[in-house]
Amino acid sequence: MAEQTYNWSAIAKNPKFIELHHKKTAFLFGWWIFSTIYYFLLPIGAAYAPGLFKIQILGRINFGYLFALSQFFVSWGLAMYYAHVANKDFDRLTRELVNELQ
Amino acid sequence: MKRLLVAIGCVLSLSFAAYAEPAKAPAAPDAKPAVAAPATAPAATVAPATDAAKVAAPAPAKPAEEKKATLKANPKVTIPIFLAIIGATMAVVVWSAKQTKSAADFYTAGGGITGTQNGWAIAGDYMSAASFLGISGMISLYGYDGFMYSVGWLVAYITVLLIVAEPCRNAGKYTLGDILSFRTSPKPVRAVAAISTVAVSTFYLTAQMVGAGKLMQLLLGVPYKTAIIGVGILMVGYVVFGGMTATTWVQIIKAGLLMTGAFLLSVLVSIKSGFSPLQFFTDIATNQNIIDHVKLLPIYLKESAAGTATADAGQRFLEPGLFLTNPLDQISLGMALVLGTAGMPHILMRFFTVPTAQAARKSVIVAMFIIGSFYILTTLLGFGAAIHLSPQGIKQVDAGGNMAAMMLAKQMGGEFSPFLGDLLLAFLCAVAFATILAVVSGLVLAASAAIAHDIYVNVIKDGHADQKEQVFAARATSFIVGACGILIGIAAEKQNVAHLVALAFAVASSGNLPVVVMSLFWKKFNTAGVIAGLVVGTIASVGLVMVSPNMTYPDKVADNAKMAYTKLEKEIAEGKVKPEAMEKTLKTIEAKKAEEVKNRGGKSMLGLSKPLFTLKNPGILSIPLGFIAAILATLMFPCKKAEEMWDEIYVRQNTGLGMAKAIDH
Repeated sequence: MAEQTYNWSAIAKNPKFIELHHKKTAFLFGWWIFSTIYYFLLPIGAAYAPGLFKIQILGRINFGYLFALSQFFVSWGLAMYYAHVANKDFDRLTRELVNELQ
Repeated sequence: MKRLLVAIGCVLSLSFAAYAEPAKAPAAPDAKPAVAAPATAPAATVAPATDAAKVAAPAPAKPAEEKKATLKANPKVTIPIFLAIIGATMAVVVWSAKQTKSAADFYTAGGGITGTQNGWAIAGDYMSAASFLGISGMISLYGYDGFMYSVGWLVAYITVLLIVAEPCRNAGKYTLGDILSFRTSPKPVRAVAAISTVAVSTFYLTAQMVGAGKLMQLLLGVPYKTAIIGVGILMVGYVVFGGMTATTWVQIIKAGLLMTGAFLLSVLVSIKSGFSPLQFFTDIATNQNIIDHVKLLPIYLKESAAGTATADAGQRFLEPGLFLTNPLDQISLGMALVLGTAGMPHILMRFFTVPTAQAARKSVIVAMFIIGSFYILTTLLGFGAAIHLSPQGIKQVDAGGNMAAMMLAKQMGGEFSPFLGDLLLAFLCAVAFATILAVVSGLVLAASAAIAHDIYVNVIKDGHADQKEQVFAARATSFIVGACGILIGIAAEKQNVAHLVALAFAVASSGNLPVVVMSLFWKKFNTAGVIAGLVVGTIASVGLVMVSPNMTYPDKVADNAKMAYTKLEKEIAEGKVKPEAMEKTLKTIEAKKAEEVKNRGGKSMLGLSKPLFTLKNPGILSIPLGFIAAILATLMFPCKKAEEMWDEIYVRQNTGLGMAKAIDH
């Protein structure tokens, strides 16, 4: 399997690649930090703000339960959002770049 | 080879049928709950092992005539279901053995798994018996904290999705070593990465094997050793003959069965409260058994004594703090979960089985939906078990609550007909069994890939091995790793293995993850950084676990024994012990006294009389150490070559250009 050789540093300087790389880095790390902070609010909140977690919102269902449940939906939402952006933007930019090189 | 597989299948079926018989004997369900508790739910007891033990300690004090709730599988229903599952997976092995010709076939199923299939397989790999049984059990005994505990397991996949999945698919080939050795000195890096992979896999594997043995013992009355050998032979068979293709399909089958079982049970539980969440929560908070149970929990006793109890006992079950009492430990565990999952070698390996980065992305998203739905369902299972079976009854069968889902199946099905109860229970037993098989197969494959591909082919043979030799090496190491797994599983029967899962996640998060992330995202990162990060992260996490409360401290055991016999003596003095139970109680007191004498003044494995590090999860300290070591070593020993190659790895991981061709027949 003879692999095609590329001039990697030239590709790295390609404006399309730089655009892709900037967009991706900002998106991925930004949202990763957001989701991590959101997750750690759960154990930290449960330990240091138990009063808030005890507030009953719907019948016997309290804030703590809804907040824990929200973690699932926030994670799913983020995954879907990422899939949407990646399929639309990142993959398109990548395809354009690869086509240009071949 | 086909004949051999069929022969193994027959032998196993026979041995299962033979050993399921004694399950009828009345002595069979006499498993020791206190021992089984930490083992069957390795992950679930990461944090709480000692608390569970504390709860379990006073158990012998119960008057003897009180009937113990038992859980017995009906062998007439269970055996056919077991045989069907073993048969189906065997068929997969025979089919995939034919497809496995090259090393790529063996390690990555030729890269021919689709995103959706891989998503199910990741979910199957991840939802171990610990999540399935342990988390529903924790919810049934400790309410809200059990549910909160399960959240981290899903959120961990955000890190996998955003940071590692796609770049790994584009940068790697078969193993962690491939990613790390890309722009570093391959030999030392591969060797260190392989050692770390084998260590993580062994910790996790041992915990799963011991859990499997205890579970089969408890459910079917199969002797521990037989159970381990049975599981072990099947696991070796899947991996050696079927490689990644068979392992993947076993995981997919298992994930499908598990979701079906969890969904069915949840529907049955929901019917009871008229499909109304409001009603369901009212049922929990007003259930007399739950109220009685909470009132006796040490934390609630303390709160009411101090006058800080703000909610009635039923509502307290829905609030945090009944179980996870140390916030720092909680946060530390969260860090290990969130970062460790992305550093688990058997999870990383799954991204090499798909053809493109897009498929890797899709597989994580599919996995997230399956895993998330499953953990939401565990709320229904756990709380449902607490309502319909009572926490007290669940604890009688297994002090750690690991049997809650099983008992619920029998009870809920049994309301329609006893046969349906047996059927549901048998189905869940089979699911638990398939779960263990799937998880251990994945681990064996990851460990053998590290040894055969990284150490044998790339370090010893300098990468000069033809396909035939590579496949042979892969099969041979899988066989050896599997055989070692069986031996370790047997040897560890009496050990408390809960800390091994903590160790696996600690090493993965403090050793593997920092170096993977920096290899992918830091230009200057080099050989010195990889080795320092892996070595320091691993040693720090293993070292901290060794001096943590996860270890056994004889003085503590002695204290507990003393507490137990003092309590019994007090009961005798108060005349609470019935005459017919007297002999047994006196014997227990003797045994506890002997236990105290034996343990008093003893030292832990490292010669400590009490833990040096008070957290059960070292992540909060060891993860930063891993990162710092990797960064400092990189800056101290800069390497020009690594920097020059940065463009290549960065372009590759972002675009997939020059990706190792998955299929090269």
